[in-house]
Amino acid sequence: MGLALLVIIWLITFFSTYFFVAQTWWLPHGAATAAAFIDKQFALTYVLMGIVFVAAQGALGWLVWKYRAGGNNGPVEYSHGNTKLELIWTTLTAILFIGLNLMGSHVWASERFEPAGPGSVPVEVTGMQFAWYFRYPGADGKFGHTEPKLMDPSAGNEAALGLDTTDPASKDDVVTGTMYLPVNREVDLTLRAVDVIHSFFVPSFRFKQDAVPGLAIHMHFTPTETGEYEIACAELCGLGHYKMHGMVHVVSQEDFDKWLAAREAEKQ
Amino acid sequence: MATFSSTIRVPQAGQDGGGTPPPVRGGGGDGDRGDGYPDYGQRLRRVRVGLAIGLTSVTMIFVSLTSAYIVRRGLPTFDDHTRTYIQDWIPVQLPLTLLLINTALLAFSSLTAELARRQITRQAALAPVRSIPGVSLGHESGFPWLSVTVVLGLGFLSGQWVAWRELADRGFYLATSASSSFVYLLTAVHGVHLIGGVLVLLYAAVVSLLHKPIEGRRIVVDVTAWYWHFMFVLWLWIFALMWFVR
Amino acid sequence: MVAQDAHAHAGPQGFIRKYVFSLDHKVIGLQYYFLALVAVFVGMFLSLLMRIHMIWPTAMLPLVGEIKPETYLQLLTMHGTIMVFFVLTTAPQSGFGNYFLPIQIGAPDMAFPVLNMLSFWTTFVAFVVMLAAFFVTGGAPLHGWTGYAPLSALTNSGPGEQLGADLWITSIAIFCIASLMGALNFITTILDLRAKGMTMMRMPLTCWAWFITAILGLLAFGVLLSAGILLLLDRNLGTSFYVPLVVVNGQVMGHKGGSPLLWQHLFWFFGHPEVYIAILPGMGVASQLLSTFARKPIFGYKAMVYALMSIGVLGFVVWGHHMFMSGMSPYSAFAFSIMTMAIGVPSAIKTFNWLGTLYKAKIRFQTPMLYAIGFVSLFVSGGLSGPFLAQPVLDIPLHDTAFVVGHFHLIMGVAAIFGMFAGTYYWFPKMFGRMMNESLGRIHFVITLIGTYSIFMPMHYLGMAGQPRRYSQFTELAYLQHLMPLNRFITYAAIVTIAAQFIFVINLFWSMFKGPKASDNPWEATTLEWTTATPPPHDNFGGHTPVVYHGPYEYSVPGAAKDYVMQTDPAGVTAH
Repeated sequence: MGLALLVIIWLITFFSTYFFVAQTWWLPHGAATAAAFIDKQFALTYVLMGIVFVAAQGALGWLVWKYRAGGNNGPVEYSHGNTKLELIWTTLTAILFIGLNLMGSHVWASERFEPAGPGSVPVEVTGMQFAWYFRYPGADGKFGHTEPKLMDPSAGNEAALGLDTTDPASKDDVVTGTMYLPVNREVDLTLRAVDVIHSFFVPSFRFKQDAVPGLAIHMHFTPTETGEYEIACAELCGLGHYKMHGMVHVVSQEDFDKWLAAREAEKQ
Repeated sequence: MATFSSTIRVPQAGQDGGGTPPPVRGGGGDGDRGDGYPDYGQRLRRVRVGLAIGLTSVTMIFVSLTSAYIVRRGLPTFDDHTRTYIQDWIPVQLPLTLLLINTALLAFSSLTAELARRQITRQAALAPVRSIPGVSLGHESGFPWLSVTVVLGLGFLSGQWVAWRELADRGFYLATSASSSFVYLLTAVHGVHLIGGVLVLLYAAVVSLLHKPIEGRRIVVDVTAWYWHFMFVLWLWIFALMWFVR
Repeated sequence: MVAQDAHAHAGPQGFIRKYVFSLDHKVIGLQYYFLALVAVFVGMFLSLLMRIHMIWPTAMLPLVGEIKPETYLQLLTMHGTIMVFFVLTTAPQSGFGNYFLPIQIGAPDMAFPVLNMLSFWTTFVAFVVMLAAFFVTGGAPLHGWTGYAPLSALTNSGPGEQLGADLWITSIAIFCIASLMGALNFITTILDLRAKGMTMMRMPLTCWAWFITAILGLLAFGVLLSAGILLLLDRNLGTSFYVPLVVVNGQVMGHKGGSPLLWQHLFWFFGHPEVYIAILPGMGVASQLLSTFARKPIFGYKAMVYALMSIGVLGFVVWGHHMFMSGMSPYSAFAFSIMTMAIGVPSAIKTFNWLGTLYKAKIRFQTPMLYAIGFVSLFVSGGLSGPFLAQPVLDIPLHDTAFVVGHFHLIMGVAAIFGMFAGTYYWFPKMFGRMMNESLGRIHFVITLIGTYSIFMPMHYLGMAGQPRRYSQFTELAYLQHLMPLNRFITYAAIVTIAAQFIFVINLFWSMFKGPKASDNPWEATTLEWTTATPPPHDNFGGHTPVVYHGPYEYSVPGAAKDYVMQTDPAGVTAH
């Protein structure tokens, strides 16, 4: 049975590790500045944890085979432990784990401790059961007021957010069901939710943030490649959670300006 | 025939060092003094330990409610209209006099509970002496401290009900504001625990009429009195929180 | 609640006093165990339906018919809730702990037998209330076992969120009270009822695990109770603890100013210690069995105790790692992530010590040992995906994906279950006087080990590829389509593995009546339960109280007559 255990444990370890190393199913191609940092930290973590994984499972498999009762080993080593060894491996583990964490922390800090820079594109993302809406502030750069009482998704995008048309700042706000962004420009995102918690997740941007009712959460990121990227809702929000998706189109600055102008023209 | 050395390296005094041995008791861990008489001293200690542990969990309930209260008080919410965060905490107009009267009632009840506890401790201590034939210690006057505690406890609970009516008259209902929700919640959860205490005191009072052994009754009253004191201190905490952190 | 008299006499007679409202911790332990056994099969059936729906969303299934998206979420919610509370918090602690804690410390019963009986029946009522949620109008809630507000706090946020959700919360509140009663009993028993010579540092590691688990439960369940009360008030009496101004289906709800994050903080302050409650008893069993079947003292007993304590303490300061994406302050996130990495350290120490116990040992491979070895392997696998999630920056792509599902299932859904299997095969002879079948045990072990790895290891790949969790189907997102073959593989593995669990049940019940008779100490183990008759008499030790002379892992002591020395053996050498 010792040999059987060794084989089973080593095979499980081999197959698990193989699919990690071969990257058969892997993180999608990164298309934002954050992706480079995150993917590097991810790679570091998975190499280190992978080594520990193989070493620990390998040792387990080998030990249960080598020291099986039927094997030709000496007498059992009657020992209650080894304090020096305990201290050594405790210290090494602590350094490994905490060191790994500290290494990734500067990325977290740069993403989240500071607000978006000047010249970023402001977009407000609102999640509601079960769709995403995107609001651009228009020429005045200000988002107009919304009024919960005015919310009516059946009457169009602006009405879905309850845009208060008596507010002058609302007049040039553009609300769409698809998100357009200019490439290589930082986005200043404001996340809102109308009913329950949703989460704005764009795997290709390595971006995720919960949209919480009662809060307006500011985040920023910078898309680096043109293309179309899917948005998935990443916080259980009800029966339509699985189909609360959207699309981000990252285009050149001119195409973005053209698109925005076209939307504003439609409002007239 | 093999010969073994007579000494082996089995640690006798506990593995890798001793540690404190378990509490010494006369014979076995089953509450028996060996002469068929249950060890009430041991039982009392055990129930007191149980109470202390149980009160830890009650404390955690109120720790979580307290932190929810403090956090909620300071928490702003996003207002669509102004597109800023606004504070919406409205201090509750507490009926201070009523609450002070209730506090006094509970304080007195804590006092009478303690007197009841000491009274039954004395009675339990003297019981073996009383049972010696020919010994007379005179009649124990037996002021009904236990019953007075129950009455005062019920008085506190009625007073809390009156305070709730007063709050309603002032326009503060359960769902009126976050602050009023917490006031009703904190006082209700405390009240529920106090009702539990009242029921156990009633049980202790009734059981005394059934002539159960006094040592057993003493354990019930002792532990309930400690529980009662805890409820009083808890009330002081809740009152202070609602008043000073308005 | 006065401590019961327990002299050496025959127990109560009559079916009701003996088997229904028994005050005997052994009967109560079995009652908890069988409750958990029923619950785990309910939970597994729910997950089977979930897995089938994920790959065949439009299939009509026997017995249940069509599974709509909301039904899927109801299955998911109840699967998680039933498994976490009625299996993982019940069998390892209240099941085995109730049965064996008093015996292992040399006590005749728990400190408060009446309270013990009440805590079981309260748990039973909680289970009935939970199951009732399936049968009321609207059905079971769909908000996940984590019950995030406002989804769980609004009665119109989805089907099942009316009476079903209220029953769910009520059941959990009742369960909290039952757990607090149990925790009180365990802690008092360990502090006050140890036999002569049984110092804290001579207790088996199973007892240490039950002790620390009870402390965790004592401090955590009160917070869950508060959270649940607030949720019931928001749902039914119009308060706004958790709900800000929201608009559902065009209707402005009457709440304002509440904080959804408040629920998350309260829930996870309980929720994180809860997962340690689920795993610690399994760690105790693993330590016990590895030492026994390797015929070697546990490597580093003191370190194991300190590691258990550290896990317990640190378990209370890491709850924010469930909330990195929640909108919580990023500075708090940083603090929580450091503490989370720190808690990996005592877990690693335990793993090193388990491996150290096997080094230069003489390993016997009876079924309990197979599960203990499996436990170590699974704990390593599940544990090592933790450092990914503990780093907030890596949590960004991985939070709420299948990666998390794989992580916690490997630890709670498999390793902890292996701890229960190990305990069952190990203690079965003492409880029922017969041995379980070794061949069936082996087959069950191999299929379950390979099967569970096949189910949960691939979920890590799915998560990295961005597959979100709690999706009833993956038909709507193009980037998920290439993952369907892997999802199908997982479902097939799940079907096989679930089927294999019937081997265990058959072995369990058949052996109870027809298994070969067991001796008093079939494993040649050293702890106190193996010194007593099989099954143990009503007061555990037949009138006399054991006296303990040394620690619990004296195996292969040089110079001793046998390769094990019972804790009650004064000299350790049999006269000849």
